[in-house]
Amino acid sequence: MNRTQPLVLGIESSCDETGVGIVRGTTLLTNTVSSSMDEHVRFGGVIPEIASRAHLDAFVPTLEQALSDAGVVLDDVDAIAVTSGPGLAGALMVGVCAAKALAVATGKPLYAINHLVAHVGVGLLDGAGGGQHNGTAPQLPENLGALLVSGGHTEILRINSITDDVQLLGSTIDDAAGEAYDKVARILGLGYPGGPAIDMVARTGNPKSIRFPRGLSQPKYMGTAEEPGRHRYDWSFSGLKTAVARCVEQFEARGEEIPVADIAAAFQEAVVDIISSKAVLACREHGIKDVLLGGGVAANSRLRELTGQRCASAGIRLHVPPLDLCTDNGAMVAALGAQLVMAGVEPSGIRFAPDSSMPVTSVSLPA
Amino acid sequence: MLILAIDTSAVASAALVSSEAPGSVVASFSTEDTRSHAEVLAPGIEEMLAGAGVTGKDIDALVVGVGPGPFTGLRSGIATARTLAFVWGKPLHGLVSLDAMALEVAESAAAVPEFLVATDARRKEVYWARYSLADGRLPVLEDGPHVSFAADLPDLPAFGAGAGLYADALKAHPDFAQEQPDALYLGKFALARLEAGNGLLDSTPLYLRESDAQVPGPRKRAL
Ligand SMILES: [Zn+2]
Repeated sequence: MNRTQPLVLGIESSCDETGVGIVRGTTLLTNTVSSSMDEHVRFGGVIPEIASRAHLDAFVPTLEQALSDAGVVLDDVDAIAVTSGPGLAGALMVGVCAAKALAVATGKPLYAINHLVAHVGVGLLDGAGGGQHNGTAPQLPENLGALLVSGGHTEILRINSITDDVQLLGSTIDDAAGEAYDKVARILGLGYPGGPAIDMVARTGNPKSIRFPRGLSQPKYMGTAEEPGRHRYDWSFSGLKTAVARCVEQFEARGEEIPVADIAAAFQEAVVDIISSKAVLACREHGIKDVLLGGGVAANSRLRELTGQRCASAGIRLHVPPLDLCTDNGAMVAALGAQLVMAGVEPSGIRFAPDSSMPVTSVSLPA
Repeated sequence: MLILAIDTSAVASAALVSSEAPGSVVASFSTEDTRSHAEVLAPGIEEMLAGAGVTGKDIDALVVGVGPGPFTGLRSGIATARTLAFVWGKPLHGLVSLDAMALEVAESAAAVPEFLVATDARRKEVYWARYSLADGRLPVLEDGPHVSFAADLPDLPAFGAGAGLYADALKAHPDFAQEQPDALYLGKFALARLEAGNGLLDSTPLYLRESDAQVPGPRKRAL
């Protein structure tokens, strides 16, 4: 196996995007994605069975497209990487079975990769924002944190080594932030996906008109830096969603018009405020000087703005990869796969099981 | 003609069948388990190919059981078969997974002119189909496949684990009360049809049930 500039093909199927990406070392050759998002619109959220059916039909065409876009053939590939978790169990299964078949048919080594760490790995691609070039290959900064916010996850990670030492500092204990956006968009009649819809409407609203709760911000959850509470760096969004529903009903009960833009702006402010304040707190208390933003909600204008401001005042650099590398994709899986190959990590083989709750401490599965 | 057959409609199984091999069987494997397809299928195929000294180049076609069967397991086999066929550049065909057991019945001493094949569809239902059988011919699918409660099936001898599970409601044949569709018979069925110049299905899965997704109704009140 070429371990210096390996050609790695990455496969992603943990949610509603079927992704195949190809990288050579840290150079992105293609990031091909087929999304079933349109099929979920009428349900107001991702339906796992519909996503799984779509992955099955999208996989081979996406693979074929990726190979053609990158101008490579399977024979050239040094290794295959696939998301083995965390994610929707049935959706992961399709990508994992396809990846294993690819490994059997080509005889190439296969790496089973953690989806969340892959969101960070994408920062190592040339020009993606996180990597530091010292004349040679890009390296992640030391003391790196990652803030991942999407429809499926909300996490803050500390990355000591992208290939074998990643730590979960905090995460949501119920809904993901993107899920809260979807649910609130439905309450406000703004359609799916909720993130862009709310972000847009919120621009014309007054975020201070209503004060929505910031979950897990009470002292009993926070504790102090010396004696941290149980949820010091964790988030909760289910109470916020209920508060929005209650607020809407109160306007309805009074027979008043619902101030959709104000509610959207106030909701968004509550989400973004608590995400960015807790993320910056976790970074400050762990000596983190660089933070990479990942996940689809990285597209949210207010999240980028407020997180950027707060990071700047805390002396933390915020890196935001291009948006198509922030949302779920195969390039990030390939990028992390290439890092593992270059670090000399052994492949996972073809006997592993997908793990819908794979912890970040497991960057790739051992053989 | 050498065919690689794969079925994951119930258990995970794969087989290599060839018109040149005795009894058409080159190699086969299957698991007991109906829930670990993603782990066992690829290694099973890899070992089977290596054991038989066969590579992708030697294979003329692939056939996959398109169900019906529990969705996640069913997709494991189809995703595997589609990917292998793509990489090797070989044609991929589909067969109703229940056909495999119909052929197994036909080749057994228990064969009767008209019968049902039933597998477990979970949720107290069975996947089933009705077959007819004439001497020296392949079984013919007359009706189905469907998904129903066992009590609603025609009153005919019934074969397969779905019949065994509801032996009180069905005329379950005891020798087949735990049988599951197997790629070995699927491959033999496909081989016989292809050699006779008959077509097969494509690899579109037979889900028979919609996804459980429901379009959300009016917002529930939180107060
Ligand atoms: Zn993701």
